[in-house]
Amino acid sequence: MSPLLETKAVWQRFGGLVANSDVSIAVEPGEIVGLIGPNGAGKSTLFNLIAGVRPPTQGSIIFNGEDVTRLPAAERCRRGIARTFQVVKSFETMSVIDNVIVGALVRTTVMREARRKAHEVLEFCGLDARAEVPASDLIPSEKRRLEVARALATEPKLLLLDEVLTGLTAKEAEKGVELVRRVRTAGVTVLMVEHVMEIVMPLVDRAIVLDLGKVLVEGKPADIVRDPKVISAYLGDRHAVGA
Amino acid sequence: MDNSFAQRRRRDLILAAVLTCLAALAPVFIKDVYVQNILILTLMYAALSQAWNILGGYCGQISLGHALYFGLGAYTTALLFTKFGVLPWFGMLTGGLISALIALALGYPTFRLKGHYFVIATIVIAEIAYLLFLNWDWAGAALGIDIPVRSDSWATFQFTRSKLPYFYFALALCCAVWLVTFWLENSKWGFWWRAVKDNPEAAESLGVVVFNSKMGAAAVSAFFTAVGGAFYAQFVSYIDPESVMSFHFSLLMALPAVLGGIGTLWGPVLGAAILIPVTELTRSFIGGSGRGVDLIVYGSLIVLIALARPEGVLGLFSRRRKGGAR
Repeated sequence: MSPLLETKAVWQRFGGLVANSDVSIAVEPGEIVGLIGPNGAGKSTLFNLIAGVRPPTQGSIIFNGEDVTRLPAAERCRRGIARTFQVVKSFETMSVIDNVIVGALVRTTVMREARRKAHEVLEFCGLDARAEVPASDLIPSEKRRLEVARALATEPKLLLLDEVLTGLTAKEAEKGVELVRRVRTAGVTVLMVEHVMEIVMPLVDRAIVLDLGKVLVEGKPADIVRDPKVISAYLGDRHAVGA
Repeated sequence: MDNSFAQRRRRDLILAAVLTCLAALAPVFIKDVYVQNILILTLMYAALSQAWNILGGYCGQISLGHALYFGLGAYTTALLFTKFGVLPWFGMLTGGLISALIALALGYPTFRLKGHYFVIATIVIAEIAYLLFLNWDWAGAALGIDIPVRSDSWATFQFTRSKLPYFYFALALCCAVWLVTFWLENSKWGFWWRAVKDNPEAAESLGVVVFNSKMGAAAVSAFFTAVGGAFYAQFVSYIDPESVMSFHFSLLMALPAVLGGIGTLWGPVLGAAILIPVTELTRSFIGGSGRGVDLIVYGSLIVLIALARPEGVLGLFSRRRKGGAR
């Protein structure tokens, strides 16, 4: 099976700073893939390149067999890439349901249909009770879930999650993990950025570790957590030697 | 839940129908020409502010240069009528279309600007147009255009004996813009505009083409503003750059929406209903050298509202509490 998403030798430079160098990764349909790495590893940069915030300095991005390297974010959304934001970006003056309707309108212009779809997605994400509340009234964990709901309303093939589980209480994170599993069961491929390994490792099928802008290792979570290179990247060389 | 939404929409429509009927009956009781004049201006500014609100309120692109479109509507109508004998109705439509096209042409460079820079650009562009018209001989330059008064007729849209036809036209225009806004509010465009206003980056990620949304809002807004300008030209039957294109008009279109509730369906109507009578009354009572006193009055009103109810006077009627304390 050909991968759903592929980055081919992607480079991103910001002036003299190289944020991603020669990154080639692939995500297969139906997978949950974790993109991890210490702070400053280039996770968010890569994530933004895939989402279409900017084109990479070099290299190409293939989605669903199509070269999307130069496509703007809105066009990628139409092709089936949806994302959440690390710092939540709810439409604060709009109600929760209206936030989600914006996403649903990518697939239909019939308002009744968009509204129905939005309610369906809110129910899926456990937010339907808060549908009529202004988004500004949501508590942080609900806002995270709204981000996911809005993205799901666009009926993506690939969902990009940017640290949706970070900063939640243990109980909230557990619910988040369960939501991500259900998203996959619904047929959506998931690529998630996290830097807290304990949360993501039990969830993902495969993890890709970035460090200093490059792919350090990739593989099964169980192998990754034992890999000395990963331990050294996260904790420094001293610990790697100890392990 | 869908029901509560449908109910809200129905309630808005009923309220609009009731208010329209009441307004339509007003001249039966109000015979005073001076008061009728104020009512006409109030309705006109309600319509203009509603049009401004589409771009400034829903889409969040604050324009302080809408006098440009107002003036274009007025000038197109007046010039077509005086130079070529084209009836004002066609002038109105032509003016609207020209304004919409110019809004698109101006939007192309200016919508790349953000926040304050966009506002400044709108002011500057309107000011340039004002200066151009001030020096354009064919269009009457600083002397303006005197629209020759023929007989009272709906064809030429001129009435000297009674102000009522103007009143009903202003009412119809106000209703039309309200209905268009009402319809747009629950359409793809309405949702896109609000998303663009709240967070363009998130909107883009959800498939909203931010630039096109702004362009659409600008065109619709400019069209109706120009129709208002065309109406005004016929109503006062004399225009010059100062009286239809000065910065003053840009403010008068923005302020009712801001006062009443920016980005809301009822804000501009409510704001105009408060602001315009207050303006006109202060102007006539303080009068003469008091040019600008009206501006002081509603400047103060805006400051008060900004301090007490940043979401506008409509906020007073809203039962919703901010902050999620419940």
